[in-house]
Amino acid sequence: MADMTATSSGAAPQGLQTADGRPLKAALAASQARAKRRAFYLVAPLLAFILLTFVLPIGQLLTRSVSDPRFIENVDRSTGEVTPIMTGLRAWFKANAPGTEPDEAAYAALAQDLVLLAELRGQGDVGTRINYEAPGTRSLFTKTARKADDLEAPFKEAILDVDKDWADPVLWQAMRDASSRYTLNFYLAALDMTRDTDGNIVNVPEDRQVYLLLFKRTAILSVLITFTTLVLGFPVAYLLANLPLRYSNLLMILVLLPFWTSLLVRTTSWMVLLQSQGVINDLLVWAGIIGDDGRIQMIYNQMGTVIAMTHILLPFTVLPLYSVMRPIKPSYVRAARSLGATSWTAFRRVYLPQTVPGIGAGALLVFILAVGYYITPALVGGSSGQLISNLIAFHMQNSLNWSLAAALASLLLAGVLVLYWLYDRLVGIDNLKLG
Amino acid sequence: MKRTLILTSALVAAGVAAQAEELAVMSWGGAYSKSQVEAYHKPFTEKTGITVVDVVADNPATPIKAQVEAGNVTVNVADVEYADAMALCDEGLLEEIDPSILAAAPDGTPAMDDFLPGAVTDCFVATIVFSTMYAYDDTVFTGEKPATIADFFDLEKFPGKRGMRKTPKVNLEMALMADGVAPDDVYDMLETDEGLDRAFAKLDTIKDSVVWWEAGAQPPQLLADGEVAMTTAYNGRIFSAAVAEGKPFVSVFNGQVYEYDGYVIPLGAPNKEEAMEFLAFATQTQQLADQAKWISYGPARKSSGPLVGLYEDGKTEMGPYMPTAEQNLEVALPSNFEFWADRNVELSERFNAWLAN
Repeated sequence: MADMTATSSGAAPQGLQTADGRPLKAALAASQARAKRRAFYLVAPLLAFILLTFVLPIGQLLTRSVSDPRFIENVDRSTGEVTPIMTGLRAWFKANAPGTEPDEAAYAALAQDLVLLAELRGQGDVGTRINYEAPGTRSLFTKTARKADDLEAPFKEAILDVDKDWADPVLWQAMRDASSRYTLNFYLAALDMTRDTDGNIVNVPEDRQVYLLLFKRTAILSVLITFTTLVLGFPVAYLLANLPLRYSNLLMILVLLPFWTSLLVRTTSWMVLLQSQGVINDLLVWAGIIGDDGRIQMIYNQMGTVIAMTHILLPFTVLPLYSVMRPIKPSYVRAARSLGATSWTAFRRVYLPQTVPGIGAGALLVFILAVGYYITPALVGGSSGQLISNLIAFHMQNSLNWSLAAALASLLLAGVLVLYWLYDRLVGIDNLKLG
Repeated sequence: MKRTLILTSALVAAGVAAQAEELAVMSWGGAYSKSQVEAYHKPFTEKTGITVVDVVADNPATPIKAQVEAGNVTVNVADVEYADAMALCDEGLLEEIDPSILAAAPDGTPAMDDFLPGAVTDCFVATIVFSTMYAYDDTVFTGEKPATIADFFDLEKFPGKRGMRKTPKVNLEMALMADGVAPDDVYDMLETDEGLDRAFAKLDTIKDSVVWWEAGAQPPQLLADGEVAMTTAYNGRIFSAAVAEGKPFVSVFNGQVYEYDGYVIPLGAPNKEEAMEFLAFATQTQQLADQAKWISYGPARKSSGPLVGLYEDGKTEMGPYMPTAEQNLEVALPSNFEFWADRNVELSERFNAWLAN
């Protein structure tokens, strides 16, 4: 083989040829092309599936996180027709530098844009879009658009007559920002920052800061949960791997049983167990360990989140650990002991290093799952046990600020990718053994 | 005999085929959905042969908003709060409703004069007036009983956990009223930063003792489990638990915040005609009065008022349990829809930040 490649890629102009005179390389490629095509057809469904359900949505999410064009175009919900809106005002923004005091021309453009807006019934959408960046301004648009047809020159006076809040520079800055199709403002918001009226990036007031805190809390709790699952899961996996098969199979079912139970059932069982009138507190009171008025708050706070999530994610550590521990031969440890190592040294220097691929796989799995966990903290987390995913859900479902939700989700994704990269550098992804 | 049977079933089948076979009506679940099933859904099915499916959500405004935005509407009619209806209507997410489809009162008063002021808008027809008030477990407080909204925020006088809805709406208003602000001044105050700070500061005083609820069926459950000593709740839910199930819950209307609630039709909903027909049917005088037989919410039509009598058990007078009863309105606040349509996003964010910190 080595000879052949040397000849065919060497300086010889002819190269090797088949019996019918074609160059061997081309003949080989032709005969393999069919097999390759067939192989491609075999994976094509999977590829299409991944493209459709994974790559496309993530692409859409990333686009959404930098773009919310509701100030630029109106989409008719029944026909899907797209109409450009706020054209006059956007032209004015383009002609005038940021910070310019809005003049009569600006207000005239605004009045004209509002007439079209009222016709399209698009004032609510535009108001909602601007309201994200300049809170409390939504009704300005709905209110003024309702009267748009009656506005007359001088427009500045007429519009300020409808509501004097139109003069607010914050509002004009927000409209200017919303005039460009692409913006980084959602990422700023996701990092507790905003732009002031001159366009400088500043922190939002302290009582509105929430996302950084939640990112930090999500990271800390996820590390904590990963750690507790490892501490709890390691001995279980060791036991599973070293017991005779008939006992270990039974134990394995005990590990898998919760794994097969619905997530909601497991979470609500924890609610029954942990609540202040729940099983555990009742037992403690009955045993006289705590008084009836000293019941421990174990749920609707961080503790509830950590306990429930540790339990739910435990199998994800136990299974990879087990699969790594099973083939480790006991003779290695015995050899170490016979050479004079204490049992601790033998464990630390001989056994533990062999389980690292399992530890890495389990920890990575649990951490990544924990970072994006949503339903359990929502149910048992109260207010202090909420994670960043709960706010992403809030913006997806309640405030419908999908761009902000997308920005938060993208940051989370980026964080996980960085961790994955770090893991690859430190431990090596080849060393991962998932089971 | 057999022939008639075949004939009737054929006719019925033809009738059903000509009509939409079912309507999905989304509402809030629990005792409230039950009252609607009894007073609206069943009689409507009886009259038209259209099955009405009861779909439940924590707050129907949220899923229908998402459905219309995504262009995949499966709900035909939804039951939403007034402020949400106004916001959704402004955003063009709802079908407009022609008021001429609404039935006149039995005495001939046109529908628009019969409904309470503001109860019918471009896209919304109110069915009830409901209130968020608070209730306590009578067995927990043996001495003095809580009587005012200030008592709800007084952990020293009335120790114990509190249940509150996980939204800024209503909580901010109640906090200010508990802090001594007159109901008339509450929204003016909330428009200012100082007023907001004051409301959040008041909420701060009980923050550590609050269990947050999201679905309307939760507060009676929290009270029954002993998980909280008192909780804010929709008044009808507490009524159902107290009267129908005999729980020792006492309602306190002092500091209540009341609001319309009613039907909307999401934009692009299938079977629009049948949906309109249902809406017109459900908002008739008799139907609204019938609903009050099942839950203590005030009907949105004047002509329904006199028809409201006893609870379905046949002995409980509904009058005093209504949020609109005179003695319940002494310290009470009508919810300001414009304020919330405008400020909900901003205040929700601040509320979330406050919760997380």
